[in-house]
Amino acid sequence: MAALSELLAKGKRVEAHRPVPRAMLDANTWMEAAHALADERMTLLTLWGEREAAHMAARDAESGAIAVFSFACPNGHFPSVGAVHLPAVRLERTMRDLHGLVAVGAKDARAWLDHGKWPHSRAEACAPYDFLSAAGEGLHRIVVGPVHAGIIEPGNFRFTAGGETVVRLEERLGYVHKGIEGLMAGADLQRGVQLAGRTSGDSTVAYAFAFARAAEAALECEAPPRAVWLRALMAELERLANHFGDIGAICNDAAFALMHAHTGVLRERALRASEAAFGHRLMRDCIVPGGVAHDLDDQGSAAIRAMIAEARRRFPPLVKLYDDTTSLQDRTVGTGYLKPRLARQYGAGGFVGRASARDFDVRRDLVYAPYDRMRFVVPKRSDGDVNARVWVRIHEVEQSLDLIEQILASLPTGPLRTTLPIGEEAGEGLALVEGFRGDVLVWLRLNADGTIARCHLRDPSWFQWPLLEAAIEGNIVADFPLCNKSFNCSYSGHDL
Amino acid sequence: MRRHIFQGMIHAPLTEAAPTPDDTALAELTQALERTARRRLGRSLSIREVDAGSCNGCELEIHALNNAFYDLERFGLRFVASPRHADVLLVTGPLTHNMREALERTYCATPDPKWVVAAGDCAIDGGLFAGSPACVVGSVGAAVPIDLHIRGCPPQPVDLLKGLLALLEAQA
Repeated sequence: MAALSELLAKGKRVEAHRPVPRAMLDANTWMEAAHALADERMTLLTLWGEREAAHMAARDAESGAIAVFSFACPNGHFPSVGAVHLPAVRLERTMRDLHGLVAVGAKDARAWLDHGKWPHSRAEACAPYDFLSAAGEGLHRIVVGPVHAGIIEPGNFRFTAGGETVVRLEERLGYVHKGIEGLMAGADLQRGVQLAGRTSGDSTVAYAFAFARAAEAALECEAPPRAVWLRALMAELERLANHFGDIGAICNDAAFALMHAHTGVLRERALRASEAAFGHRLMRDCIVPGGVAHDLDDQGSAAIRAMIAEARRRFPPLVKLYDDTTSLQDRTVGTGYLKPRLARQYGAGGFVGRASARDFDVRRDLVYAPYDRMRFVVPKRSDGDVNARVWVRIHEVEQSLDLIEQILASLPTGPLRTTLPIGEEAGEGLALVEGFRGDVLVWLRLNADGTIARCHLRDPSWFQWPLLEAAIEGNIVADFPLCNKSFNCSYSGHDL
Repeated sequence: MRRHIFQGMIHAPLTEAAPTPDDTALAELTQALERTARRRLGRSLSIREVDAGSCNGCELEIHALNNAFYDLERFGLRFVASPRHADVLLVTGPLTHNMREALERTYCATPDPKWVVAAGDCAIDGGLFAGSPACVVGSVGAAVPIDLHIRGCPPQPVDLLKGLLALLEAQA
């Protein structure tokens, strides 16, 4: 029997959790779940806390089914999952910082999001951060950030290098922690979806999409068909714009500015088409629980079609340019290699996972409407370097162009929103959506009056950031920007 | 590659005409510049961008200023890698407690005369994050003096451009 269903059978089922089951586990079964993650019989989707409970979402490796496991901890202690399964470590450190939950047996007890600067910071978090050491003859340390040289988000990177070669990279994040999950508590769904849409600006559609689906699951209702298709249209436009931007930016970090200039034009075209179609360049606040806030008219769809036509004309020569430029390939091929074993262990989503042989895409593997009615392939490679992550993006661009055409061809007519059955009963919902960066997860508990009791948002970056530390090892310091951009992890989505 | 460069030479540029500087921004700056005794730097400004807790939406649009459509550098405006080279700090985000020290240090590292532009609703009043215990009450303005506000969530590139052009105009 699959690990997940075995654990569910041992736990006590919680009512009104949709669409997947949730079960309360005792300490032994909770640790069985942790070992099932470590043995790769399950993949960790996320781990989060609240005042008196720890929760874990996992996916069965064999059946692909998902469940949430909870552990009641009225005394604020729970058995550490990170002690046996490393991908849980930073999530557990966050549970300590945000909810005061202590992971008993954890090997790394340092604060993570709490830098000792909050009015309510714990005393331990105020001590100087104890960076990991690396000792050896001739090693030197390079400290970068939190304010970086480019126009990017803040984070602190400590490199230990021997000559030019990186021996160890340690990341320190949390600088852009805005307290999103804290602001969610007590908010209504309208404010909730706005906050979700500001978790990571480049994935505003993906977050609003996931939040809306989680809310609809909790309330047992569905968005009307036209809204469902428009959501997918926005999601693919967002993916397209981000991939265009990334492909150029990666090449730019190898000093190949020509590609950046050309893909920058394609990105701008995609953003302008999005604005013409939905009234906002990033399509912020366009998806709401119950449907969408903005319809697509003929002018909007014409703008999208024109953008698609231009991309179909201009993108292939750029792909050829990438493929034919040996000096560029010299920088990207073999650089920043991520072992498939690590991608699997961490359940890395998006192009990071798919470039390292992890064949997973929520749109196909945990299919949600309207992707069940569309044709697309999920590109995958196993060479795991910067080049592989570029190619996965290139193929995803091609797929998104196709998907957008399919959506425009089959867009149903009808209402844009359904009335939410608020005020009937409390409920919990979980949803995953494939954002451009990977799987975005939202878990939501609603009070009977429709306000949010607890909302947990998990960015794909949680399981990608630690892998960047592994991928950079043995590379030269000068290739860090290239590796970093090829991962393009979110700071804000991670820091919340 | 030669084909791409050649086509770039024979096609009309995508770059669009400059927008007129924002009037309200000009009015706001006239006051700010009196404070700094209207010291002149010539029609060129170096900008250091600081993310003080943004969701990254503002950064995406600031990035767009460098694309072929907006081409920021034609106005003598350019982004620099260090605050030591900067005349302007372009600050985004609701100013998290975790970024306050970094912002203050960046401000101190910027040589005088200098201007601070708060870009986006969050940088101006905390936006949707106002009231969060993780953010500084009063946002960016509570830590460093702001000379110009550019609203939006995020501000569109053309709004950013109008504000920055006003900064050049008011200074000349």
